[in-house]
Amino acid sequence: MAESMDQLFVTLKLWLVSLAPAQWQSVVSALLSVAAVIAAFATLFALTTILERKGLGRMQNRYGPNRVGPFGFLQPLADGLKALTKEDLVPRSADRVVHFLAPLVLVVPVFLALAVLPMGRNMVIVDLDSGVLFFFAVGAATELSVFMAGWSSRNKYSLLGAMRAIAQMISYEVPLILSAISVIMMAGSLSTAKIVEAQAGYSGGLPHWYVLTPWGLAGFALFMVAAAAESNRSPFDLPEGESEIIAGYYIEYSGFKFALFFLGEYIGMFAVSGLAITLFLGGWHAPFSWLTWVPSYVWFFAKLFALIGGFIWVRGTLPRLRMDQLMNFAWKFMLPMALINIFAAAIWHFMPNAIARWAVCAVLVFGSYVFLGQALFRHQNLAKRTYRYAD
Amino acid sequence: MTLPFAIFALLIIMGAVAAITLRNLVHCALALALTFVALAALYLQLDAQFVGFAQLLIYVGAVAILIVFAILLTHSSEMPRRSIFSSSWAIGIGTAVGVFAVLGGLVLSSRVLPGTIPPPPQATVRQIGDALMTKYILPLEVMGLLLTAALIGAVIIALRERRGE
Repeated sequence: MAESMDQLFVTLKLWLVSLAPAQWQSVVSALLSVAAVIAAFATLFALTTILERKGLGRMQNRYGPNRVGPFGFLQPLADGLKALTKEDLVPRSADRVVHFLAPLVLVVPVFLALAVLPMGRNMVIVDLDSGVLFFFAVGAATELSVFMAGWSSRNKYSLLGAMRAIAQMISYEVPLILSAISVIMMAGSLSTAKIVEAQAGYSGGLPHWYVLTPWGLAGFALFMVAAAAESNRSPFDLPEGESEIIAGYYIEYSGFKFALFFLGEYIGMFAVSGLAITLFLGGWHAPFSWLTWVPSYVWFFAKLFALIGGFIWVRGTLPRLRMDQLMNFAWKFMLPMALINIFAAAIWHFMPNAIARWAVCAVLVFGSYVFLGQALFRHQNLAKRTYRYAD
Repeated sequence: MTLPFAIFALLIIMGAVAAITLRNLVHCALALALTFVALAALYLQLDAQFVGFAQLLIYVGAVAILIVFAILLTHSSEMPRRSIFSSSWAIGIGTAVGVFAVLGGLVLSSRVLPGTIPPPPQATVRQIGDALMTKYILPLEVMGLLLTAALIGAVIIALRERRGE
């Protein structure tokens, strides 16, 4: 029973494919997978927008949307209709072709990145030999899209936002990839399905996830911080700082193109969270050995919701960083930390399985965390702020 | 020649032609990025996954962005008023065709080329990694050293400029 529930979508797809004529079967199979993933993640996007607005409202001591449908849960539908029917404004001096292409260049690669994520047992669209590399390669196109949007709008705020966004994305791409490398080293493969396989099994009821090792925990933390910066989430949302540059690179977009930017940003967040789950949180594996009867895809999406909840929580909690803080953090803390983490993973691999390697790796990771953190704050006179006139 | 190859080849040529004929430099850079993407797709069609993804990651993610930044920072993003082509374009084309003909003739007449097309090698990422870490470890290390030196050099140049102001 548990087995058939686990493979429900796989058997459903195989049955649907078997209905098609023989020469069309590969095409139908590909189309079905793609349609299912796009539908699932578009629904997830709608659900996340309302959850985020509700959650932020709760944190800021207000209701959030509560007019459309029960508890306001049909709000995304209303938003979508509004975006579709709104007038599509293009500035007179804008570069029309580039302005039109920019949202497409963002949304298409972001959806492509979902293709290599294993969302359940036997549930990955393409199991590429170099899946993780594919994920990062496809993500590279989003930087170009941000530039296209910012430059083609002929607006100083959008250009400023694009410059900030690109500088930030390039800086944080380095620790993002470096923190993924430690996992790739341990799993010995770039294939996402193989990385999930390498984290299978339980000892003493606890799973063999990489996040439960010292280097894995540090790698996961680095990866999530870099992921927040890559997807322009708070506290790294300088490219879209509403109070300084209004909305950054998509200030001149309206109607459905604006909705596409919004969609691309959220799908990008889901994709990079999905990769974090695949690399560090054991993919679709259950967290405890007595919970393996729950279908695998339920675990993947439960973990995804947990990570999204974390993102929303952080957004409601932390203030925005300043540009120099952002850059210093990336180059003086994240980058050395990620390099040391690779070293710690290597030590973990070569030392015999004992308490010794736990101690050595934990001391290495935690020591470098303390040391680098102190070095980062050394010349900044952090004290209680005193006001000359307003006290 | 298959249909995907024809599409990608057409995209590459169109992007390259656009990159040299468009008047706006930013458009040229974007057209060049299109060429890079189509080239990566061509590698992938040849089953060279690693090269294809590395091409995307490096050329689209880094080189195209670098070019675009350079154009914006040097204030050359305004449209040129006069013709963007050199007045001696006929001589240029003649030279290019001549050089291409000589090189092509030499390659075709060389005896080093195998007569038949060899079967495509099955190179997985694992094999490439193994080769890089064992057989080609020295070139890899030398390259790493060179890149680090270049990085430090760039930082030093940038620092000196700021002090001179």
